[in-house]
Parts: sequence; structure tokens; C-alpha cells
Amino acid sequence: MTEPFVHPYIPNTAPETRAAMLAAVGAASVDEFYADVPEALRLGRPLDLPEPLVAEQDLARHVTALLAKNVSTHEKLSFLGAGTYHHYVPAVVDEVIGRSEFLTAYAGEPYEDHGRFQALFQYQSLMAELLAMDVVNVPTYDGFQATATSLSMAGRMTGRRRVLVASDVLPAKLSKVRDYVRVHLDLEFVATVDATADVAAVAARLGDDVAAVWVETPSRTGAVEARLQELADAAHAVGAVLVVGTDPIGYGVLTPPAEQGADIVCGDIQSLGLHQWFGGAHGGFIAVHDDARFVMEMPSRLFGLATTDVPGEFGFGDVAYDRTSFALREEGKEWVGTAAALWGIAAGVYLALMGPQGMRDLGEVLLARTRYAQQALAAIPGVALGDGALHLREFTIDLSDAALTAGSVVAALRAQGIEPGVPLGEHELLVCVTEMTSQRDIDRLVAAVGGLVDRAGLDSGSALVDRRTAGLDTGSALLDRRTTPTSQEQYA
Amino acid sequence: MLGLIVNPVAGVGGPAGLAGSDGADVQRLARERGARSRADERASAALAVVAASHPNARVLTVAGAMGEHAVRAAGLEPVVVAQSGEPTSAADTAAAARALAAAGATLVLFAGGDGTARDVATGLALAGRAAPPEATRIETPGDEVEGLDTLAGARYSTGEASVDRVARSAYRDLEGGGLDTLAGARYSTGEASVDRVARSVYRDLEGGGLDTLAGARCSTGEVAALGIPAGVKMYSPAFAVSPSAAGALAAAWLTEGSLPTQLREVLDVDEAALRRARVEPRLYGMLRVPDRPGRTQARKSATSAGEHAAVRAAAHGAADRMERGIRYLLGPGGTMAELARELGVAKTPLGVDVVLDGELVLAGASEQQLLDEVRRGPAKAVVSIIGGQGFLLGRGNQQLSARVVGELGADPLLVVAPEQKLIDLGGRPLLVDTGDRDVDAGLAGFIRVVTGPASTSLYPVHAPEHEGEGHAP
Amino acid sequence: MSLPVAPKPALRRFHQARWDEPIIFELSTPGERGVLVTPVEPGVRAAVGDVVGDLPDGLRRSAPPALPELGQMRVLKHYLRLSQENLGADLNVDVGQGTCTMKYAPKVNDQLIATPDLTALHPLQDPDDAQGVLEIIWQTERMLAEISGMDRVSLHTQGGSAAIWANIAMIRAFHEANGEGAQRREVITTIFSHPSNAAAAKAAGYEVITLHPDPDGYPDLAALRAALSPRTAAIMVTNPEDTGIYNPAITEWVDAAHAVGALASYDQANANGILGITRARDAGFDVCHFNIHKTFGTPHGSGGPGTGANAVSEALAPFLPGPRVEREGDRFVVREAGERSIGSVGPFFGVVPNIVRAYAWIMALGAEGLRAVAETAVLNNNYLMTKVLEIPGASAPYATGRRRIEQVRYSWQELFEETGITSEEIGVRASDFGMHYWTSHHPYVVPQPFTLEPTESYSMAELDEYAAVLAEIAREAREEPETVRSAPHRQTVHHTHHDDLDDPERWAITWRAYRRKYFGAGAVGGAGSGDAAADEVAA
Repeated sequence: MTEPFVHPYIPNTAPETRAAMLAAVGAASVDEFYADVPEALRLGRPLDLPEPLVAEQDLARHVTALLAKNVSTHEKLSFLGAGTYHHYVPAVVDEVIGRSEFLTAYAGEPYEDHGRFQALFQYQSLMAELLAMDVVNVPTYDGFQATATSLSMAGRMTGRRRVLVASDVLPAKLSKVRDYVRVHLDLEFVATVDATADVAAVAARLGDDVAAVWVETPSRTGAVEARLQELADAAHAVGAVLVVGTDPIGYGVLTPPAEQGADIVCGDIQSLGLHQWFGGAHGGFIAVHDDARFVMEMPSRLFGLATTDVPGEFGFGDVAYDRTSFALREEGKEWVGTAAALWGIAAGVYLALMGPQGMRDLGEVLLARTRYAQQALAAIPGVALGDGALHLREFTIDLSDAALTAGSVVAALRAQGIEPGVPLGEHELLVCVTEMTSQRDIDRLVAAVGGLVDRAGLDSGSALVDRRTAGLDTGSALLDRRTTPTSQEQYA
Repeated sequence: MLGLIVNPVAGVGGPAGLAGSDGADVQRLARERGARSRADERASAALAVVAASHPNARVLTVAGAMGEHAVRAAGLEPVVVAQSGEPTSAADTAAAARALAAAGATLVLFAGGDGTARDVATGLALAGRAAPPEATRIETPGDEVEGLDTLAGARYSTGEASVDRVARSAYRDLEGGGLDTLAGARYSTGEASVDRVARSVYRDLEGGGLDTLAGARCSTGEVAALGIPAGVKMYSPAFAVSPSAAGALAAAWLTEGSLPTQLREVLDVDEAALRRARVEPRLYGMLRVPDRPGRTQARKSATSAGEHAAVRAAAHGAADRMERGIRYLLGPGGTMAELARELGVAKTPLGVDVVLDGELVLAGASEQQLLDEVRRGPAKAVVSIIGGQGFLLGRGNQQLSARVVGELGADPLLVVAPEQKLIDLGGRPLLVDTGDRDVDAGLAGFIRVVTGPASTSLYPVHAPEHEGEGHAP
Repeated sequence: MSLPVAPKPALRRFHQARWDEPIIFELSTPGERGVLVTPVEPGVRAAVGDVVGDLPDGLRRSAPPALPELGQMRVLKHYLRLSQENLGADLNVDVGQGTCTMKYAPKVNDQLIATPDLTALHPLQDPDDAQGVLEIIWQTERMLAEISGMDRVSLHTQGGSAAIWANIAMIRAFHEANGEGAQRREVITTIFSHPSNAAAAKAAGYEVITLHPDPDGYPDLAALRAALSPRTAAIMVTNPEDTGIYNPAITEWVDAAHAVGALASYDQANANGILGITRARDAGFDVCHFNIHKTFGTPHGSGGPGTGANAVSEALAPFLPGPRVEREGDRFVVREAGERSIGSVGPFFGVVPNIVRAYAWIMALGAEGLRAVAETAVLNNNYLMTKVLEIPGASAPYATGRRRIEQVRYSWQELFEETGITSEEIGVRASDFGMHYWTSHHPYVVPQPFTLEPTESYSMAELDEYAAVLAEIAREAREEPETVRSAPHRQTVHHTHHDDLDDPERWAITWRAYRRKYFGAGAVGGAGSGDAAADEVAA
């Protein structure tokens, strides 16, 4: 370096220090340290990067201004879900995971990072209670990875290739899972009936070459699987594993999959105390029964209790450490790396705050608001529910009879400050409500959608265009709804 | 409980430039040159580490210079359970090992070198099945016992005598005859007796029950052993890196009650050959050796759980790669024993066995038998790395001769070893020495070593007898 | 005693917090609440009735989950006590975790990401409402493209190993697109590359060939040449390797791979010492990844979330994961991945808070700053090496007498042979001085290893302090080995027994399993609600 560059993040740039250190090493310049880097590979010019903002206040101003261009769900009324959910994050959660000691810890031993081990053991334990399962991992990256790994575990355990996909799966999740498992597993899709599994069709395709039946509940459309036990029994009859992908948010009131025959339960913990963060705060859990056959196939870290030299003192350590890629390179099960531990600590704090009653109350609010929103939207002439299944938090509405595309509804309502949901099909809109969307918020959505429907009815020209372009989709949607009593009737 | 055996003549030949200390003549010569053994002080250095954490430990040992002195020097209390001759002999060591095991030692520390390790292995092999209270004193009518050649390349012929005396005189014979003949040596004692249990061990060996020996379960029972390095030759991976390290392991053994153990080969070189500058380690048996405990659990796979898993993974990877219709010539060693277990076939520990389509077709085959097998159809030799020298061929598996390997064709070897065995070579190449220049040259270069399912390492192979040829990394 | 205060001793008299905190279930007191949930509005209840009661029997949970019941402040206090029982990077001289680049994660960045403008943003909102974050993602990709020399960048992966997975997934897709998927079944790596390269390749269905170094510790080009064949899909190597040795023949390595039609994948986990000095693309690599949480200063979060950046050449760009952020005029838009993409590797755009932190980190330093980071990290490393090698019993195997880049894998083998004290035991003892210390990935190629990476973040005085701690422990190993062996002495907990952790009959992975295994079938929860829940189950 030609002249000193002093920066608060780099203490040893002071010229005197640098000279003293070089002298101690016996080097004339820093260049000597790069002797092994061939001259031809040297960049030989400064990187072409934006001018830095070296003063902290300038940096803060710049980044704050950039982020202020965003218009968040605090300002927009959001009914968006599809993998990332807007739940309340208690202040204590942010306080705990913002603590420097947790935030900047990493790979300390159980002695020096006792608190981290205990916090994550507690996360495992709190999740285990919610899921009614005895083994939960230290979080992996996200629910996508957790599901991909769970299916891989089933494949390794059974030595089989076929996986029956019994539910509607989020497309991005399916994309990840498919690419991850395709060397070892073949995914076969069994069409759902009324948004949940077609148990008879799944049973008909089961055989002793099936590694797993994969169920998602709530599904891509928020449908809760009602016949999990039957699916489990059918899978177990041929030695297959029942893998259930889920969101743990509802298990204060809903029966956990483990009590309906699930062998591996997996999913995402973003709902449990993590902000939306533009989809950037996800963590994956994998839960199994306390059965070594399953546990030894888990690639993630598992923290376990241990005794110490002092009676009454809890120690911790890695359970069955030789499973992991840290220990035996490619002989490990997949790999272990930096994943989502901090989010696990957050989810643990969240569950500790919520307690049994909090999770029950929350489950009830979610069920109640979901049904309320379903009823209110379906009461709009021309708007129908996508199916008759029980839903938690998310559900679809069919707009074909209202002569509206989902995209047009989204565009129109965005102009009113509302994100009404995520289009799934041309006329199908996925709507999400949480404890953050109040009755008034839902009423506002309903009024806005109702207004659009009214206008669409008045503007017959555009409605005709909509109907024509809808074409076959409209027909199939009608056909679908014929298989069940219309949702409106059911909920009336 | 700990046991200690000191070979008070271990290491005398080293400083004296005698390339070893085996044999009374060598020892006498060494003493004449002013050499003295450091085994005693190294043993007490190891025990001093034990004493630091277990000041009241009692140590089972042998009278006088074979252990008692060292225990006292370390400030611990000796419990003498065996005597020794004067001068001490290899048979004393074997008898002592057996006596320590009989007296309840769970870990036998021995200060010496490879020769001592071999004698300890011999003694524990007897104790493993037998271990009667007076094992060395039971006299029964003896049998002609064949078959030990597969154990140690030796043949015991016993008449009427107590085992220790038999063994002692046998070793004296050997001392006189030079150890280079050990492999084919005949232990002829004229009159000896072997106790019933020991005899049944031998019968097992004869009757193809060598698979049990392959795991060396019967040979050492649950008794573990650990070498305190004090010899000239220490090719066997049964030694701690230093007396202190041995002591630390022993202390941990006492603290924990025991430690995970790992079967390790006992190797020794032909000293007569070594004096002619040829290194030819041979495999003599197995010892169960404790592993370092991982004190920091999160990083603990340096312990034997990891090591054994690695051996298992390598064996599993080899089994995955074995095809139908090919005769596999399984060489000796612990990894091959694990492979045999994986395949569900019996394995002679030191022999070469032929496996075809998952079935054992020939056990303990001779070179000629192997040639006959190879000529029946496609075949491949499956070998691991023998000891710390890195030999694939030419040491411990001489049955896989140049002629046999030559018959195997272009891709004669399936090499199987846990990664750690390659790492332990410290960057030195693998070696082949079949005695045939062309065969060796054909193997030199790089070879794929199966380390696990879907994993191999590529590693250099040298033919040291033909330096300058082949790859030199 | 009166003033003045005596001078401090050479080494700090540290003691870790020891709150002796129970497991949280043991703190439960029935009826306490940590946070209340907004109630169901009367209007909603009137419209929908008893939604829980209306659930079909099979779907209604029979007994509430046996979560603990605690007031808010007790939860807070419990977790704050646990937080104090950690030796985070902000507290210790965190040079002991080599390969992980434990550098300073600036506090201002934590503040910046905490704005509701980011925390409350949903990824499927109108892109017009997300212009700020989209610009940051786009700009961060461009800056990393310049830093790596590659053409396109993805920030989707959530950690270094996840990024390695994305590398091999793209390589696999590339060969398949060229009709060579079935032919190219092997991946070559080196034993001093990060083990996740081998693990991810194997998970992707490849046979992995590991190369050992030459006797000087340099990657062995002859071995590579012997391993390469038309079956090779890729070489996946770290450079500098975990020894801190830069492969001077790296161009030859890449060329040799290309000569057989294989791709070259570069694990840049150890890039901190070469920022602005040399770039992946300049050595010919097709794909590389950075660990953003290492090199670009985001906090390690007790083990994640991290962030990976995958950077590729134009040829591999079609295989990048999606969705992609693109610039159209002065707007930023979101595009779904193309049909050749490996698809989604995780939800949405990756770990967005870390991407924003990385953006701010680079913007705080600029080109000159990044080069100062690299040069200082390397200076610190060579300085620390000088200090460590002054300690009798410590050595730095391989490349003797040569300089290292950003880290060194040392060995205590000499000390071990002399004293029987292992590297692990030294690590436990180091925690008594408030210092973190790590050995190495497995297998231990260097005997009794330890790996120090001082990064640019620590002052000379701190490096001196760390070296002094190691020197003191080495002295103890010789003169009072029991002090080392029986450590820790000044930590939260004492020597821990691990046997139970490896036995399926005895291990306790959750409190629930612990209660069941050791206190009987009914004991599913803690002292409070757990027992109540158990009663309900029984009822």
C-alpha cells in the first residue's frame, strides 16, 4: 500500500503498528506474503467499486435512504403468505437474538458457549412439545431444505426411490426438493381432491418400492389434511415413511402430525417469532421419534443433555456426532454447515413466551379469522372458495364467475394500498390472514374486492373479454367445485 | 486395572547401532558396547503421568526389572503377579502378559518395541480364551498342534511342559536361529503341555475358526494393550507417541473405567534382514489398543468411534465395488477383516482368502492356490495398507506374489483403507515390492484407494526396489 | 490496601458467567403468561362460532402442548443469562476459529437492517414497493461480480455449504444440458479443501476423489492429472487451502480440468486475504462462492443464518437459481428463473438481512478498504505465526519457511509427544482465559492441529494476548499438566461426560425425551404445566 489507509474496522493500518509488525515478521512489505500468488494472476488495479462511505453517519444515511424506498406491510395492508408470513414478533424475541453474545457466537465448545447450547437444546425441546415428537434438530436453512432432507432420509432408510407427493406443494419448495433429491428419489404426484390428499389414489399407488408418502399440511393453499392417519397406515403397510411438511403455527389447537402416524415432520420456523424480512428469515426443522434408525440419518446437529463433574449441573454436547459431515467428509449424511441457529433461538424464545395458552389462543385466532375471511369473501357474488377443506391462515378464492383475473385484482387493489394475495391461477387468488390482519382489515379487503366485482359487472365489455380469455380454466374450475358442496353453503 | 510390563533389554540395540535388540547375542553385544535400556525410565515416566491424577493407583506388574522397579519409581504401588527369568526373555514377556490379564488387568502397558508388542500379543492371545488362575502352571498331556503358522508364521509343537517354559525355550531356539526364519519357524520343544483352553484356541485356529481371530476378539479378549515407546523398531501402530502420551491415555483409562479401543496390527521386521538394510515388516497378530479420548466432545471424532466408522465406511465402499463373477483375493489386516464382516464371510487374519460372489471359496490360500484360483477366471487382489510403512504388496501378504499379481491383469488391485491410514503416512508414498521389477513398475504411479462409499483418494505408489522408476511426487 | 492499584498481571483473570440456570421447563409456573395474543373480535366470533370446538375430533389437539408457563420478565432474564454464558466474537479475541473468518460485524449494520422498511417487507409485495431492497440486492451482486471477476452472481443460498451445493447443482445441470450428465460422474477435491465440497458432491450423486498434498503441503498437480478423465465433472477446491497455503499452480489446475471438459469450482471460504489481490475468474474458474458471513462481515448468529454468494461465468449464468433481480432503466424488477435454472435453492431472495449488511460493509470500505482488509489480514496472520512459532512445541507443518496467506494450520505434535497434552485439551484450557480455540476439520491431516485466522479485525496487542495465552498453556502442559487436563476451571460448566450422547438408549435430545427416559412415561413436561398436561393426557 502506498499511503496509510485508516479505517475503524481495521486497527492495524496505523503506519507505526504496521512497521512494527513487519519488523517482527522480518518482512520488508506486505507483498512478500503473496509470493505464492503468480504475477499473472495479480489484479494490478483497484477494484471497480462505488466510492465508499467511510464515515459511519454517511453510510447510515445512505442505506437508510435506500431502504426508505421500500413501502412495507406496515404501510400496505397485506394478505400475502405463500411461504413467508406476517406474525407478531414479541419484543423480547428481538431483544434476545440481538444480544451480541448470541449474535456473534459461532463455533464455541459446550464449555465456553454453554448458553448457546442450552438455548438451542431448549429450542429443540420446545418444538418437540409443540410437535409431540422426541427429537428435533438444530435448525437447517429453511423448510425447503428440511423437507428435501427428510425425504432423503426416507430414501436412505428404505433403500427405495419412489416418493408419492400427496398434497399441493408450493412451487418454489417443490423446485428445491426436486433438484435436491433427484439423484436418489423419483417424485410422483397424486392429484388432490378438494385440496387435500386423495387417500384411495395414494393407496393404489403404494408398493414396496415406495420410500415415502409426502404430505403438506397446511398445503400450498392452506388446506389442512384431514386423513393423515389413513395415509400413515397405508404407507406403513408397505414399509414406507410418512413425511409431513408443515408450519408449526397451528399446533396449539390442531393435532400434531406425530399423533396421526407421521414418521418425519418437517417445515419452517419463520412463523415462530421471525419478521418477514423480505423472505430472508427462514429456518428449517426436522422432527422424528426417538428411534436411532431415524436419528442416525439426520444430517443436522442435535444437542443433547449431559452430566458434568458437578451434581445438578447440566452439560451439553453433540449427539452422535459421527453422523455429520464435519466428522467424516462424504461419509456423513449430506452435510452440516452454518445454517439458521439464531432463528432457532428466536423460535425458542417465542414458544417460551407464548406458552401453551398463547399457542392455543393464536391457533384459535388464526382459525377464526381464516374462516371469517373465507365467509366474507365468498359472500361476494361471483367469488367462491377454491375448495371445501378446512384451512388455516391461507385459502384460495375463485374469481372466474366475477369475471376477474387474479392479476387484475392484485393490480387494482395495490392501487388502494392493499396486497390482496398471491395469484395461483388465472382466476385463483391465495389469500392469507394472520393475527396481524384484524376484522377491520379483512372487511376492508372484502369491500375492495366487492367493489371490483361490482365494477366488473357494470363494465360488461371487459367482463366478456375476461370470460373469453378464461376459456377452459373457467370450465375446469366449475368442474372442480362440483365435487364438493360449495363452500358458501358449508360455512353459511 | 493397569498392568505394566517392561522389557528391560528393549532398545539396547538401537544406540549400539544394531538395528534392534532381539536375541541374547545382540543384547550381550549391545551391553558390551556400553548400551543400556531406557525402557525402565520411560515406563516410570509414563506412570508418573498416571500418578499425577491417580496417586493411589495400584499397578499389576512383573517382579524386578520387568516392571516392579518402574512402578515404584513412579511412586505407585506395584502388585507383582509374575516372575521373570534372568536374563529376561521374550517368553517372560508373553507369560507376564498372560498373567496380568489373568490377574484382572484391563489395560496392559508395555515398555519396549515391536518385539515386545509381539510377545504381549502372544501372551494375551492365550489369556483371551484361557485366563485360568494358574494358567502357566496347568499341565495336561500335550497335543501336536498345527495351524499356528497362520497365526504367527510359526508352528508350535508341544509335548509335556508348562506353557511358559515351552514358549521360553521356543524363543531361545529362535534367538539362536535368527528371527528371519521366524515366519516359517517350527517351535519344537519336545515336551510341553498346553492347557485345555489354550488347546481349544488352537483347535479353533486349525478348524478355520480364524474369523474369530481376525477380529482378534479371542486373541486379546477384552484386555487392551498400549506400548510405551522404548524400542528400536516400532512399526506396530500399537505405541503411544511418547511415554507421557501413554501415561495420559492410561490415566484416562482409569478415570473413565475404560476407553474405546481399536484393533491394531502387530508388526515386526526381520532384524537380520534389517541389518542387511532391508525393511520387511511382517504382520504377527493384533492388539486391542485404546484411543485418545476426545475431551471436547463436539470435536470428538478423533476417537475410535470415528476411526472404526472410517474403517467400516472404507470396507463398505469396497463391498459396493465388488462385482459378481470376479474372484477377490482378500489380503490380511484389520480393514480386510472388516470387509469380510461386511461380506458375511470368515476371514483368516493373516492369510489371503478368496471370495467369489459373496462366498468364501478358499481360506488361507498359498501362492500356488491363488495362482490356480486366478486362472479360473477374472480376479482382483483386495489389499489394505500394512502398518506405518505404507506397503500394499510384499509385506505381510507375500502370498500375493509377483506371479499372482502378474496373472491378475491390467488392473490387479482394489486398495481399501480409511483416509486416516493415508494421512498417517505423513506424505510418504505407498509402496509395492513383489520382487518383480516389471510387476512393481506396472503398479507405480498413482492408485485409487477406496476410502468409503462413493469416495476414493488418489495416492502415489512407489516401488522402492526400483527407485527412479515410476512416479516420484 | 490503598491506592494505587497494582499493575494487572500479564494474563487476564477471566471467569465466564455461571448463572447455573435451570432448563426453562423447570421454571414453569402454571398460569403465568409471557405474551398475550390479540383476541378474536366479537364480530368475528359471532360470524364463525367456536372454530376450535368445531374441529373434527381427529384434528383437534387433545391436550395443550406442554410448553412452560412464564411471565415475560422471567423469559427475558433466563435468556439474557444464557446469552452471558457465551464467548461471542464481540467478546473474545476470536482468532481461534480458523477457516471461519471471525471478523468484526459492524454494529451499525445491525441497526440498519432493523428498520420496519425491511423487517416488515413481504417478498411478494409489488416490486415497486421494494425498490430499496431490490437495488441493494442487485448492487451487491454487481460488486461481488467485480470482486470475483465473474459475470453473474446469486445471493440466494443461506450458508457456505448451501452455496457449495448450489455450485455442484449448477455443474450437474450444465453437464446434463450438454448431454454429458451420465458420463461425468466424478468430482475431484483436495483434503485441505473444506469438507462440504466432498459432502455436497456426494449428496449430488457424484463419486468423490480426494487428493493429498505433495510433501511440501502444496496441492499435487501430478495427482490431479492422474485423477482427471472424461468422467470428471468438476474440480472443487479451496484456495488458499485450510493450511493458508496458496496454490501457485492454480491456473494449471484449472487448465488441466478444462482440458478434459470438466468445470472448475472455487470455494472462496478463505478469500479474506486475497480481496482485491487476485480473483477467481483471473485463474480461469467457471464458478465460485463466497461465504458472506465470513469475508463480508455479517455476524455468525450462533451458527447461522449465513449467506452464500455464487458467482459464475456467462456460460453457467443460465443455471443460476432464481428469482433474479434485474435492472430495467432505473427500476429494479424480479424475474423468475429461466428454464435451465437449478430452480429455487431456498425461499425467495436469500437471507436478506445479511445481504443488506454485506452491502453496507462493502460500501463502508470500498476498493481501497477491501485491499486493506486483505493485506492487514495477511499481515496479522504472518505476525501471529511468528509469535506462535516462538512457543516451544508448536509448529507449522508444510511449506517450512514460507509465508502464509490468511490463516495457518499449526501442530502441537511436539508438545503432545513431550507432555501427552492434546490439542483438544489446550482448547478447553484456552477458554479459561476467555479465548476461543479450535483444532481442525476432520480427518486431522496435521497431527494435534490448531487453526488460527486473525482476520483484519484484531489489533496487534490482541494478537499478542492470544499468543501469550497459548504460550502459558504450553508452559502449563510441561510444568503442571493436570491444570490443563482437568480444565475448564473458569467456565460456566465443568468437565462434561459425553458417553450418554452416543448411546440411543441414553441420549436425551429434548427435555421431553429426557423426562420420558429417566423419569417415566408420564413425565413429559416440567414441574409446572408439563405435569398438568400429563394429567390431561391421562384424562
